[in-house]
Amino acid sequence: MNNFQYSRASDVADAIRLLAADPSAKLIAGGTNLIDLMKENVERPSRLVDISRLPLRDIEETADGGLRIGALVPNSDLAYHPLIEQRYPLLASAILAGASAQLRNMASVGGNLMQRTRCAYFYDTATPCNKRSPGTGCSALDGLNRNHAILGTSRSCIATNPSDMSVALAALGALVHTAGTTGQRTIALTDFHRLPDDKPHVDTNLGSGEIITAIELPPHGFARNYSYLKVRDRLSYAFALVSVAAALELEGNAIGEARLALGGVAHKPWRNLDAEAALRGQAATPDHFGRAADLLLQGATARSQNGFKIELARRAVVRTLMQAANATPQSQAHKKIA
Amino acid sequence: MNAYVGTPTSRVDGRAKVTGAAKYAGEFAADLLLHGFVVAATIPRGRIARLDTSKALKVKGVVDVLTHAHRPPLAEQDEAWKDEVAPEQGSPFRPLYDNSVKFNGQPIALVVAEDWETAKFAATRIRVEYEEEAFATDLESERTKAAKVDQPHKPRGDASAALTRAAVHHEADYVIPSEHHNPMELYATTAVWDGNGKLTVYDKTQGVQNVQKFLCSVFGRKPNEIRVISPYVGGAFGSGLRPQHQVVLATLGALALKRSVRVVLTRHQMYGLGYRPMTIEHVALGANRDGTLEAVMHEAIAVTSRFENFSRNDTGWGEQLYKSPNSRLSHKLVHLDVATPCDMRAPGAASGVCALECAMDELAVALKLDPIELRLRCYSDRDQSEDLPYTSKQLRACYARGAEAFGWSRRAPGPRSMRDGKELVGWGMATGVWEALQMPVAVRIVLTANGHAEVSCAASDIGTGTYTIVAQVAADALGLPIENISVRLADSSLPQAPVEGGSWMAASSAHAVLGAAEEIRQELVRRVKAMPASPLGGVDAPDIILVDGTVTKAGDRSRAVSIADIMRHSKLERIEKEKLNQFEEEKSYARNTHSAVFAEVKVDEQLGVIRVTRVVSAVAAGRILNTKTGRSQVMGSVVWGIGMALHEETLMDHRFGRIMNANIAEYHIPVNADVHDIDVIFVDEPDDRINRLGVKGLGEIGIVGVPAAIANAVYHATGKRIRRFPITLDKLLD
Ligand SMILES: Cc1cc2nc3c(=O)[nH]c(=O)nc-3n(C[C@H](O)[C@H](O)[C@H](O)COP(=O)(O)OP(=O)(O)OC[C@H]3O[C@@H](n4cnc5c(N)ncnc54)[C@H](O)[C@@H]3O)c2cc1C
Ligand code: SF4
Repeated sequence: MNNFQYSRASDVADAIRLLAADPSAKLIAGGTNLIDLMKENVERPSRLVDISRLPLRDIEETADGGLRIGALVPNSDLAYHPLIEQRYPLLASAILAGASAQLRNMASVGGNLMQRTRCAYFYDTATPCNKRSPGTGCSALDGLNRNHAILGTSRSCIATNPSDMSVALAALGALVHTAGTTGQRTIALTDFHRLPDDKPHVDTNLGSGEIITAIELPPHGFARNYSYLKVRDRLSYAFALVSVAAALELEGNAIGEARLALGGVAHKPWRNLDAEAALRGQAATPDHFGRAADLLLQGATARSQNGFKIELARRAVVRTLMQAANATPQSQAHKKIA
Repeated sequence: MNAYVGTPTSRVDGRAKVTGAAKYAGEFAADLLLHGFVVAATIPRGRIARLDTSKALKVKGVVDVLTHAHRPPLAEQDEAWKDEVAPEQGSPFRPLYDNSVKFNGQPIALVVAEDWETAKFAATRIRVEYEEEAFATDLESERTKAAKVDQPHKPRGDASAALTRAAVHHEADYVIPSEHHNPMELYATTAVWDGNGKLTVYDKTQGVQNVQKFLCSVFGRKPNEIRVISPYVGGAFGSGLRPQHQVVLATLGALALKRSVRVVLTRHQMYGLGYRPMTIEHVALGANRDGTLEAVMHEAIAVTSRFENFSRNDTGWGEQLYKSPNSRLSHKLVHLDVATPCDMRAPGAASGVCALECAMDELAVALKLDPIELRLRCYSDRDQSEDLPYTSKQLRACYARGAEAFGWSRRAPGPRSMRDGKELVGWGMATGVWEALQMPVAVRIVLTANGHAEVSCAASDIGTGTYTIVAQVAADALGLPIENISVRLADSSLPQAPVEGGSWMAASSAHAVLGAAEEIRQELVRRVKAMPASPLGGVDAPDIILVDGTVTKAGDRSRAVSIADIMRHSKLERIEKEKLNQFEEEKSYARNTHSAVFAEVKVDEQLGVIRVTRVVSAVAAGRILNTKTGRSQVMGSVVWGIGMALHEETLMDHRFGRIMNANIAEYHIPVNADVHDIDVIFVDEPDDRINRLGVKGLGEIGIVGVPAAIANAVYHATGKRIRRFPITLDKLLD
């Protein structure tokens, strides 16, 4: 770990100022990702700007009937908030599928969106990694890539985004509110994370000196027909091999609106509007779900060890859509798959 | 009188542990304590061309940086580096000895600073240049270089010919990956400088006297100059049998700087210690149609380092367990540029029996026989390899009791024939076997006039419950309440004990306690008889027992004198006796523990997600000294077996020769959600041959057979035979 300066931001403007003044400064919220990376010398910030005491912990209703969630709301508080449980149970479920209770207590909404990949080479400074040290090469391409991306990859990087929460947020069409030196912005969650292309060291479209202040959920929460299914190497406390967030509007057996996002398969939560459009107006049947899965997985490619993820993702999509259609969402407490 | 032995007595150290009063090696304070941080090599093989410490030395708070080129003297002979558990063949690794790099993660420097964070930061300021050399770390690609190390047992008959002739035969490779122990407590040593060259070394170890002798020989010290203490150990599982890097480095630091030094390894650095070696287990079984065996062949090909031959008995279990006129075994090693493997719960057996018992399951399928029935048809009441009777062997009862508790008779034999909704249900079973060893251990008992006894011994309690069983046995033998017994362990200045491992400590320490307690009894008898008008005058010494704090005629409690009275009368403050245990070394019996393990898995048919919903483990291990700690030990082993079956794997990138999942987020072990019902049954196994108490030990037996039972259940559920562990869901897709 390197030595660093520590400043406690007094308000959002102060945080932005401190960030802008020092390009290698980093925000720290819950610290559950950043500190680990600092211990491994992957992140070497010159300064930590502690935002954990800023008043960004509110969950408020918006004028149009959605919700605005402060960037520092702990993951646990969000998952167990009555409004989230009632109106956005998909989000609650995705959060509870992630990490452990202790980590969720510490982790913030903003930090969760910004958490970095779990690629083993990214964590090991003794190996080449374009994301950590641009230009050194991607060790995962021909190395241990069993849990790497199958969609949206590049020759520079095949890492995945590990967040569960983001997958549900992508499906729900959430917005990310930010503030920076040039003022405030709103970014659609699906545009927030990037694909690696030739700049895998840049995870998101957040500008330097910019801070996430809140996320916003649109009014429609799909509280009746939804499911979040996470498939992983042990039954809890492991990152997804594949995860699926599915949400449907059903009239009888006919699908109205459909939302579908994949986690663990790409550098960002993976959504494909074609797949969702293909479901609209169709009957909720395994066949139609299979077709949507095929569309969603169009262009999937595998490296040496992760080929299984394509078939796994296809099956998981169908299964999750069935769970949503049957209104038997996957429980995150009981690990038997519904 | 057995008020305690055999009962579910709670841990005597439980309160200290849950309140934090129990101190671990990295928690001992010392004046002017310095902190060492290890710098580890990042290549698997080569030489250190340049090691630039200048920037680190400039960091405020750094006291020194020790390297091979800058350190106090270390012993030069291999013999000096061979601890009591070191492999016979080879040249043990020596931290900071010279500029050679023998494995990735090898310590190459120790930064010593006034505080840990400073040392850690300064470590990032060290620049290392290597002359890299060609290396190999992949067992499978180097398999052809395997060299036979030893023949576990003489071949019996002609196994190859018998295999070819056999009506039914099964032959396959089973691949067990390397696995790391990952004890909760990090490896740590606090070497306290007592002045005048003397050190008290608080170390995380399974054997304080082993470490003490090792340090004395490595650093050329006299026995009275180094004392090693390790009162509590937060898990070790075999990784603490040999002295580890941090104890050498902390001692080196303390001697170099004449100050107390603490070194704590990081979780990542603990992957530079020993591990369960990856093995390719080749098993071939030939059988007659009636399920009797004609041939057992087992060959293990295992990883070891370039510098030491580590091997264990992977292959001997099948031919010992199962009646077969022909057998052939071999153990081969492939030398790779990796750290030397070491013991890990049930070393050899956990891997070898996993392969054997999967193979037996496959044979049962080929024979269309129930898996238990097959094992009964080859059941042997004698140890096949040595042709010896057992001191006791209740494996048959394990099968019966386990099967009954599990409900085995309701099993539909065909694969994919049981289901529960979207899940396929599989029931599998396997046999477990381990040795019942006993080692020389001495115990000292000091009985004081207030009816309190202190029992002391250098043995470690690595979390298994040694404190508790020592207290139980002593309380019963001395006729005192357990509250009056205090136990001191794991200090090299205490009476002799070997490392705590191999499941030998319960039997060994218990009998040392009995021996010392008997000496106390004899002393008390002499004293009581010398009392005027002694109520025990005329009673034969053997008829006098210790009970309820008194010396009493057996069967006649009216003739009793309290210990306090005897001591007062004899003008004694204390009676102190030390005794080395003695076992009759009967070469004419085999000594083993056995188990039958039954597992239920539920596998999601579409997604391959595996849940181990039930495990029944029926264990025959002689008398169980403490049914509570014993049960915990077996449950923990079953959990570990679940991990071995489904989760555990040390992943190495062979292009870099580096372990890539060196942390417990990515190195998976079972979490609570993976663990469901575990039922432990202790089968009655009276044994009056093995030792006085009939104790065999429970340390390892609990894991043996568990991975195979689960793998066999997965086959029964899915019809897919996975021979490459761990069984992850991708292997079940297609
Ligand atoms: C063992 C383990 C297992 C885990 N398992 C899972 C899992 O299964 N699923 C899952 O989804 N997650 C998992 N996580 C990750 C966890 O969700 C994240 O670590 C957590 O969400 C990060 O939040 P934080 O507040 O602690 O972020 P921090 O560590 O404080 O920060 C992380 C990053 O976000 C930046 N940041 C923080 N707040 C803001 C803000 N307001 N604006 C801009 N940037 C900001 C920081 O600068 C930093 O770069 C796991 C973590 C661990 C350690
Ligand atoms: S996949 Fe990305 S993060 Fe992983 S090694 Fe390649 S560049 Fe680095």
